[in-house]
Amino acid sequence: MRKYVLRFTALGYLLLVLLGPLVMVFVRAFDKGGDALWATLTDPNTLHAFKLTLVITLIAVPLNTVFGVVCALAIVRRRFPGAGLVNAVVDLPLAISPVVVGLSLFLLYGRTGWFGPWFERHGTQILFSLPSMVIATIFVSLPFVAREVVPTLREIGDEQEQAARTLGANGRQTFWRITLPSIRWAIIYGVVLTTARCLGEYGAVAVVSGNIEGRTQTATLRVQDAYENFNQAGAYGIALVLAAMSVLVLVTMTLLKPKEDAA
Amino acid sequence: MSIVVRNVSKRFGSFQALDDVSLDVEGGALTALLGPSGSGKSTLLRIIAGLEWPDSGEIHLAGEDATALSTQQRGVGFVFQHYAAFKHMSVRQNIAFGLKVRKRPKAEIQSRVDELLALVQLQGFGDRFPAQLSGGQRQRMALARALAPEPRVLLLDEPFGALDARVRAELRSWLRRLHDETHTTTVFVTHDQEEAMDVADNVVVMNKGRVEQVAEPRELYDAPANEFVMSFVGQANHIGNAWVRPHDLEVVLEPNGTTREAQVARVVHLGFEVRAELVRDDGEQLAVQLTRDQAAQLELKRGQIVYVRPTRETVF
Amino acid sequence: MTYLSIVVVLPIAALVWASREEGLGTFWSVATSPEALAALKLSLGMAFAVSIVNAFFGTITAWVLVRDDFRGKSVVNAVIDLPFALPTIVAGLTLLALYGPQSPVGIDVSLTRKAILLALLFVTLPFVVRTVQPVLLELELEAEEAGRALGASEFRVFRSIVLPNILPGILSGVALAFARAVGEIGALVLIAGNRPFKTEVASVFVFLHIQGGDQAGASAVAVVMLSISFAVLLLIGGLRFLATRHERA
Repeated sequence: MRKYVLRFTALGYLLLVLLGPLVMVFVRAFDKGGDALWATLTDPNTLHAFKLTLVITLIAVPLNTVFGVVCALAIVRRRFPGAGLVNAVVDLPLAISPVVVGLSLFLLYGRTGWFGPWFERHGTQILFSLPSMVIATIFVSLPFVAREVVPTLREIGDEQEQAARTLGANGRQTFWRITLPSIRWAIIYGVVLTTARCLGEYGAVAVVSGNIEGRTQTATLRVQDAYENFNQAGAYGIALVLAAMSVLVLVTMTLLKPKEDAA
Repeated sequence: MSIVVRNVSKRFGSFQALDDVSLDVEGGALTALLGPSGSGKSTLLRIIAGLEWPDSGEIHLAGEDATALSTQQRGVGFVFQHYAAFKHMSVRQNIAFGLKVRKRPKAEIQSRVDELLALVQLQGFGDRFPAQLSGGQRQRMALARALAPEPRVLLLDEPFGALDARVRAELRSWLRRLHDETHTTTVFVTHDQEEAMDVADNVVVMNKGRVEQVAEPRELYDAPANEFVMSFVGQANHIGNAWVRPHDLEVVLEPNGTTREAQVARVVHLGFEVRAELVRDDGEQLAVQLTRDQAAQLELKRGQIVYVRPTRETVF
Repeated sequence: MTYLSIVVVLPIAALVWASREEGLGTFWSVATSPEALAALKLSLGMAFAVSIVNAFFGTITAWVLVRDDFRGKSVVNAVIDLPFALPTIVAGLTLLALYGPQSPVGIDVSLTRKAILLALLFVTLPFVVRTVQPVLLELELEAEEAGRALGASEFRVFRSIVLPNILPGILSGVALAFARAVGEIGALVLIAGNRPFKTEVASVFVFLHIQGGDQAGASAVAVVMLSISFAVLLLIGGLRFLATRHERA
């Protein structure tokens, strides 16, 4: 009896908070019919927004992946004095609000900021342009690969690497042939999480980008813009595409989890 | 307190763990449930404890039908193979738990825990945590914990299985001594026939969800009820349709009409006895057990030809 | 390491510095201006409420996922991660669709505090579930059976044997949920309405004040938010330490 009470409480809660709303996005997107939806989605500014989101993601993800792996290796394998601190700093972006991130970048690279004038003199625009958006996205999606790889590395232990050394492998060979394959599922899972975060970033990018339609407006920014300009169908349309991408991410995560846990 | 098991059956999916098992466990005795893995012995123990429900059948404790009672209501003490220690509580708190649940006064709990700590020889370890104890110490704590609320029945599920050989032997004899003092009805599960024979008053041999034989250790060895018991309890040679114990094979250096020729394949000197593996002229492999003197007289060596005959045979 | 510094450390340092620039006095007056205080109070209050709800429902959900078995359980398990995978702005929009104007079930909480609560419940849903699940999986069932054999009722078994072991997991999940709730912006922008003193949370305050050119005001509140984040991180670290306390011989 008690079992059923628990079960229905949990499922009911999930339905109310998660699933119900999601279904509605689908319904609303098709409100004005499939053709209108297609028109909205293929509007040049919308297409630009999608492209921009993808470009930022394609820059941020590889950088954070390399960083994540290097960082994880340093934290787990090398006993250096600041290891605990580095671990904490890497976790920082998870606890900080995106607007705070955006603001700090604003202060750093803005006209009156620390680095702002330097960049301005050299003719490179950071704020209200791609570079700041990339930096912001990198910041918020920083931890994921590292956080997935660290526990896996710890659990695997370095016995395999020691064995490789006794067999004559040097550092590089050991890394590419032994270490990397053993953490590959953790890396992949981390990459998926990072990608999802990059695609979905809003707050930090909203602050630093200036939200200029057709120039610095990402897909998520466009959703807000469309809704506030009473283009509901448009907003829901873009949201639907983003939601579809998220479901894809979710499915990938689910398929990868057992592999990641087993490793 | 006696335990009566009547026609108990239990299945897990398509696996029949217990098949219409009936058993009378003598009150005040130390009984072993002995059998290979999958024989149903642990399942039976857990059903007696109320940790599993039988598909059909009844359990009577002290003459009353306990089948519908929850574990909490049965008043049984249970000891697990892997200790099941309350990791977040100290040794004292672990032992005291059963008494705390019964809302005993603090002073009473304190003295009872002290008494038990002395009994299991863990005085001074009271404030340590299970993670800081060795396996043997953890199991002693688990025993003390189970005994604290003075259960009518003590049930142990392969209690020494996770411990190393020496600790196992120590705890075995400790359990026997404890039982001799307290005479609490005790049932323990084991797959180690030596352990069962060493400790128990009565042994219940189980196989594939059924009871094969219930007897005192000596009777089990000398008068096994069937082939399974013969081969499971103690070693036995299976020659044709006859069974011969290793110490019932006579080995001589000259043939005498009743013997058959065999070659010594291996000789193992265990110190207190000698075991030899012989291959008979018809290819049968025999395990023979000899005293030191017998082996010395024969000067057994590998490759030697000897003559062997059974002095006692059992046919079912 | 340089990467880390450029990306993370510098901006944080800049923020803290910038807010000091105007002097401690100005910082204080801005941070304690009525609007700012109201926003901060609202953020903290909402985050706290959401954390409590999550502690309760998250634990139940984790329990059901680990101990119960039913058709479609793996789908449910996967769905829990949805708030991690979904862009926050889309999350806000989906809630708006079901619980806003033109709601098919007639519930409209948009532009109210209830909307904030709802949006925050959505984005923080996975945290407690995911921190409690692994702990539950590792729990020895036999310890609970031992408790029963010793005469403890089901509730007592939960209270004395299960809860002490999952509490650190619940608390870390709550801490993460709290931090996330305080900082959330995307899910709130559309549904909450952002009326000062009514439905304006700290993150929105900062956002609006940047847009309005008031860098000092935004920085002041941002620094307070940052301190809260640091405090939460310390708390999680402390909890992790406490949780493994009785494992250290």
